[in-house]
Amino acid sequence: MAENQVFERIRSEIDNNDVVLFMKGTPMFPQCGFSAAVVHVLKEMGVPFKGIDVLTDPPIRQGIKEFSNWPTIPQLYVKGEFIGGCDIVREMAQTGELAQLFSDRGITAQNAA
Amino acid sequence: MAMAADEIERLIKEALPDAEVRITDLAGDGDHYAAHVISAQFIGKSRVQQHQMVYSALRGGMGDQLHALALKTEAPAGR
Repeated sequence: MAENQVFERIRSEIDNNDVVLFMKGTPMFPQCGFSAAVVHVLKEMGVPFKGIDVLTDPPIRQGIKEFSNWPTIPQLYVKGEFIGGCDIVREMAQTGELAQLFSDRGITAQNAA
Repeated sequence: MAMAADEIERLIKEALPDAEVRITDLAGDGDHYAAHVISAQFIGKSRVQQHQMVYSALRGGMGDQLHALALKTEAPAGR
C-alpha cells in the first residue's frame, strides 16, 4: 500500500472520529502496557474513543510513525491533532491539561469511572 | 536489540549540548529506560516537540534498538 494511501486512511480516521487511539491490541484487550495505560486514562475520564489495533494492520503500524514523526505506539489524536504517546497523555492527565483539552475541543466525558 | 544508558546520554547531549540528562534503567535489559532531560532548547516548545527532539537525537534508535524510553522533558527552572 502506497504511503499516500496509508496517510489518507489515517487522515480519514482522525478526521471522522473525535478521539482516536492507535494502539497495540484493542480497548478491551490491550496487548502492550503503554497502550493499556492510555486506554485506562481515557476510560477513567469517561471519554469515548476509537481504538485502532496496529498489530492487525502492518501498513498503518509503520505509516502512523511517519505520519506523526513519532517512533512509537500508542498515539493519541483528538479532533485530528496528534496529542502524544503514553508519557505525554499520562503527564497531561495528572496536570489536568488533558481534561482541559477535551473540554476546549467540546468533547464531553460520558460516565467517568 | 538494546542500547546502553551512556550511549543514550551521549546521543542526547550531542544533539542538546546544554542538556542535563538523568537515565534510569527500568528493567536491566538495555531496552527499558526512563530519561529526564532538561535543556534550554525546550523553551517555547510543546511536549510533543520536546520529545521529538530527544527521539531525533537517538537517530532512529527509538522504537528499534530501544523498546521503551519513558521521557520527561522540561526547560530549566525559572526560564
